[in-house]
Amino acid sequence: MGLLSDPSRRKVLTGLLTRLNTPICGMPVEWLVKAMQSRGLEVFTQSFSRKLPFPDENKERYMVRGTNVYGILRAPRAPRTEALVITAPCSPGNTNNQAVALLLALAQYFRNQIYWAKDIIFLVNEHDLIGTQAWLEGYHHTNITGMEYSPLQGRAGSIQAALSLELSSDVITSLDLVLEGLNGQLPNLDLANLFYAFCQKLGVLCTIQGKLQRNDWDTAEGYTHAAQTMMLMVLKQACGRSWGDHGLFLRYHIEAASVRGINSFRHYKTDATTIGRLLEGMVRKLNNLLERLHQSYFFYLLPSLSRFVSIGYYMPAFGLLAVILLLRALDLWVHLGAPALAAVDGVTEAEQPSSPGVLTVLTPVVISHLTGVALYLLPVHLQEMAVEHFPVSETEAVVLTAIAIYTAGLALPHNTQRLLSGEGTEQGWKVLKLTALLYLAVLLGCTALINFSLGFILAVTLVPITASITPHMPKALYALVMVLLSPAFTILYCVFIYQELIEAPVSVSEGWMLFLSVISQGILDHALYGSLVYPLLALFIYPCWLMFWNILFWN
Amino acid sequence: MLILSSLLLFILLAAARDEFQEELVIRPLHSGDIYASFQFRTLWDTDFLQEGQKVSHYRLFPKSLGQVLSKFSVRELHISFTQGFWRTMQWGQPFIPSPPGAELWVWFHDTVSDVDGNWKELTNVLSGIFCASLNFIDLTNTVQPSASFKPLGLGNATDHRFLRYATLPREIVCTENLTPWKKLLPCGSKAGLAVLMKSEKLFHSSFHSQAVHIRPICQDEQCSSKAWELRQTLNVVFDLHTSGQGKKEWSLFKMFSRTLTEACPLASSSKVYVDITDNPELFELSPATPLLGQAVVLGDRRTYSVYDLIMPTSSMVLSPCALGDMLRPLLHAERYVAGFGLQTGEIHTVIYNNHPYRAFPVLLMDSVPWYLQLYIHTLTVTSKSRDNKPSYIHYQPAKDRHRPHLLEMLIQLPPHSMTEVTVQFERALLKWTEYTPDPNHGFYVGSSVVSALVPSMVAMRTNFTQDQPLFSSFVPVKEESSYFVRVYTEPLLVNLPTPDFSMPYNVICLTCTVVAVGYGSFYNLLTRTFQVDEPSPPLSKRLANLIRRMRGVPLLT
Repeated sequence: MGLLSDPSRRKVLTGLLTRLNTPICGMPVEWLVKAMQSRGLEVFTQSFSRKLPFPDENKERYMVRGTNVYGILRAPRAPRTEALVITAPCSPGNTNNQAVALLLALAQYFRNQIYWAKDIIFLVNEHDLIGTQAWLEGYHHTNITGMEYSPLQGRAGSIQAALSLELSSDVITSLDLVLEGLNGQLPNLDLANLFYAFCQKLGVLCTIQGKLQRNDWDTAEGYTHAAQTMMLMVLKQACGRSWGDHGLFLRYHIEAASVRGINSFRHYKTDATTIGRLLEGMVRKLNNLLERLHQSYFFYLLPSLSRFVSIGYYMPAFGLLAVILLLRALDLWVHLGAPALAAVDGVTEAEQPSSPGVLTVLTPVVISHLTGVALYLLPVHLQEMAVEHFPVSETEAVVLTAIAIYTAGLALPHNTQRLLSGEGTEQGWKVLKLTALLYLAVLLGCTALINFSLGFILAVTLVPITASITPHMPKALYALVMVLLSPAFTILYCVFIYQELIEAPVSVSEGWMLFLSVISQGILDHALYGSLVYPLLALFIYPCWLMFWNILFWN
Repeated sequence: MLILSSLLLFILLAAARDEFQEELVIRPLHSGDIYASFQFRTLWDTDFLQEGQKVSHYRLFPKSLGQVLSKFSVRELHISFTQGFWRTMQWGQPFIPSPPGAELWVWFHDTVSDVDGNWKELTNVLSGIFCASLNFIDLTNTVQPSASFKPLGLGNATDHRFLRYATLPREIVCTENLTPWKKLLPCGSKAGLAVLMKSEKLFHSSFHSQAVHIRPICQDEQCSSKAWELRQTLNVVFDLHTSGQGKKEWSLFKMFSRTLTEACPLASSSKVYVDITDNPELFELSPATPLLGQAVVLGDRRTYSVYDLIMPTSSMVLSPCALGDMLRPLLHAERYVAGFGLQTGEIHTVIYNNHPYRAFPVLLMDSVPWYLQLYIHTLTVTSKSRDNKPSYIHYQPAKDRHRPHLLEMLIQLPPHSMTEVTVQFERALLKWTEYTPDPNHGFYVGSSVVSALVPSMVAMRTNFTQDQPLFSSFVPVKEESSYFVRVYTEPLLVNLPTPDFSMPYNVICLTCTVVAVGYGSFYNLLTRTFQVDEPSPPLSKRLANLIRRMRGVPLLT
């Protein structure tokens, strides 16, 4: 644990920090290559380019072209089979310069040590997640998202763990750990424990979801605080996007987390040396690992850094919700079977409705799914046409098209169904509802296994209304309830709750703008990194919800 | 008396027929590291394989190895232990390449009937001699390459039934392997160059490789008689960056924490070479030596300062050297696993030919364990984004739990190109006893071997330096026009689908506890007969009774 304890190294770090404080336009690739080479690393670069499906207005980018620089510190007497990655995103402007400087200082210090058993890759990536995606796809020679990149020249075997470093200001008062990755994947809990242990050891303030830990567990306030922190994690995980560079590593079975330096204007300050020591400790621990992190939990929720809720505790909550659907389906199955028994008495009428039943069920199912396919495909593909005919930008065109198709879908299915097969029968809606209930149960179950939070939020909003819906209810009232509990409104509520929880409440109009940007981000995440939330909602959840909508307007 | 003296003379003659040479080459590398390569060569013109005549008198040649050679009818034996990976891009080519871990290849004599049996016994014996886990070599990681490993010594055996090749990429090399290796030297580590081999320094390096090569060679020019050659090599790369605190100078003492004083008394030659080819004016050797030698090594003409330890000098070498960036070796290969997930994957082997205008063929040999099930129909070879059809393919499919895959290909590398060989595989689900104790670490796949005759750098140069007469430089000499190179790629670490091994353990623990506590107490309750227990008399009473019994008085109750 001797990092930067001697004054010469501290001087080097300070020099670097001051040099990097001068604003840099774009990423100084050549300077970085030289800086890494002079520290004794094997340096390689990778250029990449990506055209977004539509302009990203949040980050103001459309045609992205960049270069990743990475240097490999070869461990002595190691056969190049294992590696660790430390990455620092370097974006235009000087938002993350401190992290790059710290990365270089760490590289210099690490190079002079002899205890490394795994190669260490120092990656400085441009255009944050897009750069990471390009680098990971290059490293593993895959192409999931249609990125164009130059092949990597240097590799270091299978990557065991990765840490991403983001320091947004010179003054760091606390460190925040970000775990939520793409599609709600989480790294092994031991990585979080490691971070927490070193924060405790070095006396660094550490937070999760930007919230400090409280010690009063048994009081109502302490409990609410922990619940809020966990709620934030649920919301972040549910949206299925990568909340830092680490999130993309998880797809490749690489345990990764982002460490984010935060300036919350407290009196307490953490200097760069302490952060360096913290990272050194974490990297050395990971270096000593004989196996991949696998002993601890992969499925968990964190009410604070030192406590977790394991899958065994939260899964029953979801299970109880899902059981409602199954019981309801069983009930319908029994009801559907009963008249068939009665038909033995000689009444043949009961058999007749069940034979056209297949078509009456199939038609709404197919039409709902076609609407879903339209919702998935049309927004991106129709943007040029929309821009020509309406005074909107490409991004607005995509989002508004999506909303328009979503709304149009409400009117379409039941009209079509009525046109095709006339009046719906009692038997018909029951069969449809049975199908829809089982379909929803399977969908939610599978979703919850991959991304618990998403499955749970959808279950909470969808299960009560879908389980109780029949055509015999007051139409207007229940239509309103159903719309208010539809997936799109769920997203809207989540936006407001999230803003409330991070203590940045928004007005209705701001919330609406945020909602629009969330939709565009969701579509972009799917196109850029392969996030599955948008296709899941558009192709499966929304059509399933339309089927229940259809039941409400059955006759 | 006469008989005795003639016997003595005979012994002396016999003894004179073996000789020992030692040599150390020190080469400052481009990256600023120092490469030290020891070679010890023992020659003995006897025949271990001659029938009916048992070789029992050993002088310089280690007896343990001689016995092994004759017992198992070994024609040629090559064994290497390596810790680390040779960085071709930074260090250039090594004198003798070796893959990370342990590598063993043996040519047996063609009189051997049960080659597999001999191989198994031999690996076990060598395992004992070198204190290494060579006994883990079995049929599941042994292959018989058809073309990549030809005998290096006398005899033109080409029947690869008598060849066995195996690697253990996981083998860790440390002092316990070095000590038996040093003991094979005639002087041990007591005198000569071997004095420098202090293990704490040798293993404080970037690369460590030790090897033993035994082969039959010609005794003289005419090849009238056969001799056995034992070559022990040890290659170390020292990292000046870590140990030198930024200073680019080195000395024998700094590297080995010993200095050279004298040669091994049994050695007929004992020399230290220092490679001064790159930037000779920058070098400052102390003490300076008048002797300069030139040799063509790996297709490159190198200049060496030679120190002869037989003639006494005090040897302390010191020199600054320049820091360089990446090299572009003519032949270079690397390998990696592509894809994600635990079901399938793809092995990519990339071979670079950096020669500006010459194409040359390479032999690629891949030995993949059976638990990676190769889809050989997905094998593609592309160079310059065009399909490159190998002119020779030897593929032996794996048998589950019995035999690994063996793939050998002869590929023509176009000039200045990158050739990519890809093959997809599926990860097998092992039986639960087949997992290693650390299954989440992953499973190793040994290095693939690229063997090639590479066009020489010397032949490539058109502007020869002035020290060569013009008449000699017009047509390149044939021996120098190409040289043999073997390049090993990095081994792979592949994760296989692994069950959660702690789960059954937890279940067993829980069940056992429940059974033990529940069943135990129930059984106890059901089978125990309850009866009123009479309180045992106090100690004083018992003592009193004891005395009373001895005296024959009625006991107290």
